[in-house]
Amino acid sequence: MTVDVTEPRAGSAPTTWVAVCRLDDLAPERGAAAIVAGVQVALFRTIDDTVYAVQQLDPYSGAHVMSRGIVGSRGDAPTVASPMYKQVFDLRSGECLDPVGREPTTLDSWATVVRDGVVHVARPEAEVSP
Amino acid sequence: MVQHPKQLVVVGGGMVARRLVDALRSRDESRQWAVTVLGEEPRAPYDRVALTSYFTGRHPEDLALGSQDLWDDPLVTLRRGVRVDSIDRDARTVTTSGGAVLPYDALVLATGSYAAVPPVPGNDLRGAFVYRTIDDVADLRAHVERRRGEVDRPVRGAVVGGGLLGLEAAGALRALEVDTTVVEFAPRLMPLQVDDGGGEALRRLIEGLGVSVRTSTATSRVVGDRGTVSRMEFDGGDAVDVDVVVFAVGVRPRDELARACGLEVGERGGVVVDEACATADPAVWAIGEVACIDGRCLGLVAPGYTMAEVVADRLLGGAGTFPGADLSTKLKLLGVDVASFGDAFAQEPGGLEVVISDPVAGVYKKLVMSDDARTLRGGILVGDAGAYAALRPMVGRALGGDPAAYLLPEGAGPAPAGDLPEDATVCSCNNVTAGAVRCAVTEGGCTDLTGVKACTKAGTSCGSCLPLVKKLVTTELERSGVEVGNALCEHFDLSRAQLFDVVRVQGLTTFTEIIGRHGRGRGCDICKPVVGSILASLGTGHILDGERAALQDTNDHVMANLQKDGSYSVVPRIPGGEITPEGLIVIGEVAKEFGLYTKITGGQRIDLFGARIEQLPRIWKRLVDNGFESGHAYGKSLRTVKSCVGSTWCRYGVQDSVGLAIALELRYRGLRSPHKLKLGVSGCARECAEARGKDVGVIATDNGWNLYVGGNGGFTPRHAQLLAEDLDTETLVRTIDRFLLFYVRTADRLQRTAAWVEDHEGGLDAIRAVVVDDSLGIAADLDAAMAAHVDDYEDEWAAVLADPEKLRRFGSFVNAPDLADDSFAYVAERGQPRPATPDERAGGVLVAGTTLEVRR
Ligand SMILES: Cc1cc2nc3c(=O)[nH]c(=O)nc-3n(C[C@H](O)[C@H](O)[C@H](O)COP(=O)(O)OP(=O)(O)OC[C@H]3O[C@@H](n4cnc5c(N)ncnc54)[C@H](O)[C@@H]3O)c2cc1C
Ligand code: SF4
Ligand code: FES
Repeated sequence: MTVDVTEPRAGSAPTTWVAVCRLDDLAPERGAAAIVAGVQVALFRTIDDTVYAVQQLDPYSGAHVMSRGIVGSRGDAPTVASPMYKQVFDLRSGECLDPVGREPTTLDSWATVVRDGVVHVARPEAEVSP
Repeated sequence: MVQHPKQLVVVGGGMVARRLVDALRSRDESRQWAVTVLGEEPRAPYDRVALTSYFTGRHPEDLALGSQDLWDDPLVTLRRGVRVDSIDRDARTVTTSGGAVLPYDALVLATGSYAAVPPVPGNDLRGAFVYRTIDDVADLRAHVERRRGEVDRPVRGAVVGGGLLGLEAAGALRALEVDTTVVEFAPRLMPLQVDDGGGEALRRLIEGLGVSVRTSTATSRVVGDRGTVSRMEFDGGDAVDVDVVVFAVGVRPRDELARACGLEVGERGGVVVDEACATADPAVWAIGEVACIDGRCLGLVAPGYTMAEVVADRLLGGAGTFPGADLSTKLKLLGVDVASFGDAFAQEPGGLEVVISDPVAGVYKKLVMSDDARTLRGGILVGDAGAYAALRPMVGRALGGDPAAYLLPEGAGPAPAGDLPEDATVCSCNNVTAGAVRCAVTEGGCTDLTGVKACTKAGTSCGSCLPLVKKLVTTELERSGVEVGNALCEHFDLSRAQLFDVVRVQGLTTFTEIIGRHGRGRGCDICKPVVGSILASLGTGHILDGERAALQDTNDHVMANLQKDGSYSVVPRIPGGEITPEGLIVIGEVAKEFGLYTKITGGQRIDLFGARIEQLPRIWKRLVDNGFESGHAYGKSLRTVKSCVGSTWCRYGVQDSVGLAIALELRYRGLRSPHKLKLGVSGCARECAEARGKDVGVIATDNGWNLYVGGNGGFTPRHAQLLAEDLDTETLVRTIDRFLLFYVRTADRLQRTAAWVEDHEGGLDAIRAVVVDDSLGIAADLDAAMAAHVDDYEDEWAAVLADPEKLRRFGSFVNAPDLADDSFAYVAERGQPRPATPDERAGGVLVAGTTLEVRR
C-alpha cells in the first residue's frame, strides 16, 4: 500500500487517501476484501462503477466476510446482504436496512474515489480497527 | 384433597373416538376425566376417509390422524386389538375379548359401522372383499398382486355398488391396473347424491376412466373356482369373469353391544340418542356412525366429529347439542369431479333449479335455489366441481348475482371467498367457519396455509375445502398488509416457476437482460441466486461465467461451504458412498497438509472444514489431480445418492443398490434445482439406506425398483410416497429424470420436493400423471432437457482451475492475494482443530491454525 495524496476537506481533518487496487480488479456487483492501513475493508463495485467501502467484519457473526455478500438494491439504495445471516446494509452509509430480527447495527464506511482507474479509500482511523 | 379422575371408557378406536379424546383433552383443563379407548383394529385411529390413498403409495402410518402425542398423555390409554364383548350397565363395567373387566363412570359407544355384504351365494369366497379398514385394502391389494402373477392377462374385477364408496374402490382397482366393472342396482350411479341428469354425466366420466358400468343390475351370485372368485352372475342371466369382487353396498351400524345390554336401537339399526348424543342410560353415549340421531345414522365423518364435540362438552358439564348434519359430499376420485350439497334433490317445496348440462363433455351442474332465485339451497356438480368449496358454505344464504354465473366453467365464475359470512362453515369435516380461518390469521399469527391448517384443523380431512381455505388465508393476509402472492421479491413480480418459464421460452441468458425485461432495480440476495440457479438449470454455461458470477451466493461463488468463522468446508464427490483405499488416503493427506478438520457426513462422504478462501484452489488442485470432482455440497443441486451395500455383499439384497446409486449420482451431478436434492437407494425392503427420507428414494424389489418421492429429513421430516412400482432400470431412470426436471421447472424458491408435491394441484396423483402418463405432453421435452444436462456436464472445479481469470476471485485480499487472514483462531479438540469460542479468543491464548500448512 502506498499513501499517495493528502488533501484538506472543508472544516475537518484532512483525508488521507490510500490507493488500494485498480477498478478493473473489482468485478461489477461483487465485493472484494482489502487491507487498508491494517484494517480489513470490504470494497464493492456497483453497476455504475461506483466503489463503496465498508467494514469487512460482519457484526452479527464476528467473521470477516462482508465482501462475500450479494450486492443488490433496495429501492434506490445500493446494498449488500451478509453472506452469514443475511442482514442487509446500505452500502453508502453502512446503515442496516434489514436486521433479520436482530438489533440494527451500522457498518463503518469510508469514502472512496477512483482516479485514473485506481481505487482510493479514505484512510481508516485507528479506533475503527476491529 | 386428591381427587381421582373419573373414568371414561370409549368403545371403538375410529376417527370419531379420536376426535372425542382430542376435544376432551384440550378442554378438560382440570383433568377430571381419564380416558380409555378400546379399539378392535390393531392400530391407533387412522384416517379412514383417506383409505384409498393407501393404493397410491401412502403407507399405513401416513394415514395417522393428527399428532400421536395424544396417546402419550398419562390420562389417555389406548388399547389396540381389544374388542369389547359386553356391557354391564348395572355394574357400569365392560368386558373385553381378553376377559378384562373395566369400570366406567361414563361410556361412549363409537363403534362405527360394518361394511354390508349382500346375501348372495359365494360372497365369502377368497377374492371377495369389503372396503372399510386398512386390513381390507391391504388384503385386496395382495390378492390382486397374487392373481397378476398367476394369470397372463389383465386381472379382472367387479365392484358391487355404484355409490361414493364403490366408485372410489373402482378407482383404486383401476390404479392397480385391474379391468373393472361397476355394478349398481339403481338406474344411475351415486343414486343418493345425484339426479338422473347428473348420473348420466357421471357415467360418461367413469367410463372415460376405462371402467365398465352396469346400472339397474342385481348380482345373483359369485361363482368360485377352487375356492377363489372366478365369475359373477346377474339376475338377467348374463355374467362376467372376475378375479376379485369388492362389495361396497353400504354400511350397517355396529350396534350389537347396545342391543345386548338393552339400549334402544333405531328401526334400521343404530343406538338411539337425543340431541345431546345421550342414550336413555345417563352414563352411556353414542357418537359417530353408530349413533341413530333424529331417527337415522349418518355415514359421514363431519357429523360424527360434531357429536364428539357435543359429548366432550357434556362430559364437562356443558349443554351442547347436535345442530343437525350437513350431508354434503364430494367424490374423491382423480379426474372425476362429483359433489352434492344441501337440498340437492330439491325436496323442500318451492325450489327453483338452475341447470347447465353438457352431456358430451360429461358436465352437469345444478343449483337448487329458493323460489325467488336468491337463496342457495343445494346443488349437484358433476364433471367440474371447482365451485363446490365456495358454494357449500353459502347454502341457506343469498348468493348475490345471477346463480348461473356460479356454474360457468372453472375459473370463469366469481370467487366469493372474500365476502363469506363469518359463521359460514368452510370445512365441514372439522366444522371450521370462515371466521375461525380469518381469526387464525389476524389473531393467531398464522402466516400461511400450513399454519392455518395446523391451528384450525381446516382442510386436514378430506381436503375438499382447501382451495377455499387457501383463498381465505390469502385474502386475510393481504388485508393485514402481509406480502403474499408468489412475487419473488421487490425486484420481480413473477414467481420462480413463472420466471423459469419466461427465461426458458425467451432464451434469456444474462441477469441484466432478465431484470431489464421482467423486473426492476439491481436484484438482491433473494432473486439473484434464483436467476443464477435457473440459468444453471437451463444449462447455459459455467456458474462463474461473466456477469453470472455476481448472482451466486458465497457458497456457489467459491464453490465451498461458508462456516461460522468465515472459513469454508470442502466436499469432494464420492458417488454412492463408494471409495477406494487410495481415494481415502488422498483425502486424508489433503486434510493433514492443510490442517483441516474432517467429518463423515450423513450423505456418505467426507467433509473437510477450516479452509481459508485462498487455500481452496490449492486444495482442489490436489483433489482434481487425484480424480476427485466437486461434490456440489455448496449448491442448491444434487447432493448425494446414499446407498446400502446391496446384493453384491448383503445376504438379503435383491438388486445392486450401489451400482444404481453411482449411476444416478453421475447422471444428476451438477443439476441445479430450487433446493438441495438428496437421493437414496436400498437393495431390499429392509431399507438400510433410508431412501424414503430422501427427495427421491429407490427401493429394490424382486421384480425391479419401487420409486418413492417427496421425502426429507430436517425440521419437518417427511416420508417419501410411492410414485411407481416394480420398474425396470431404464423406466426408473426415465421416471426420475422427468420428476426431477418437472420439479426444477415448477417449484418455488427453496421449496423441497415434499412441499412441492403437497402444493401441486392434484398432489402426487397429478404429478404421476405428468411424469408417467405424460398428461401435459411435456415428457419428450423433459427427456431432451435431461439428456442435454448429462451431455453438458463438466466438473465446475476442474473448469475453474483451468481458468486464471476465475482463479483470481480466491485471493484473500485484492491488494494482498496471498496474505492469510489473521483473524482466524482455532483450538484443538479430540485431536482436530475447531474454531475458538469468543471466550477463548478473549483469553488471547491462541494461534491461528493447529498445524502449519505445508505449501507445495
Ligand atoms: C373408503 C372410505 C371413504 C370414505 N370417504 C368419506 C368421505 O369422503 N367423507 C366422509 O365424510 N366420510 C367418508 N367415509 C366415512 C367415514 O370414514 C366414516 O364416517 C367415519 O370413519 C366414521 O367414524 P366412526 O369413528 O364413527 O367409525 P369408524 O371409523 O368405523 O371406527 C369404529 C371403530 O370401532 C371399532 N369397533 C367396533 N366395534 C368394536 C368393539 N365392540 N370393540 C372394540 N372396537 C370396536 C372398529 O373396528 C373401528 O375401528 C369413508 C369411508 C370409507 C371406508
Ligand atoms: S436394504 Fe436390504 S440389501 Fe440393503 S443392506 Fe439392508 S438388508 Fe441389505
Ligand atoms: S371439508 Fe373435509 S377437510 Fe375440510
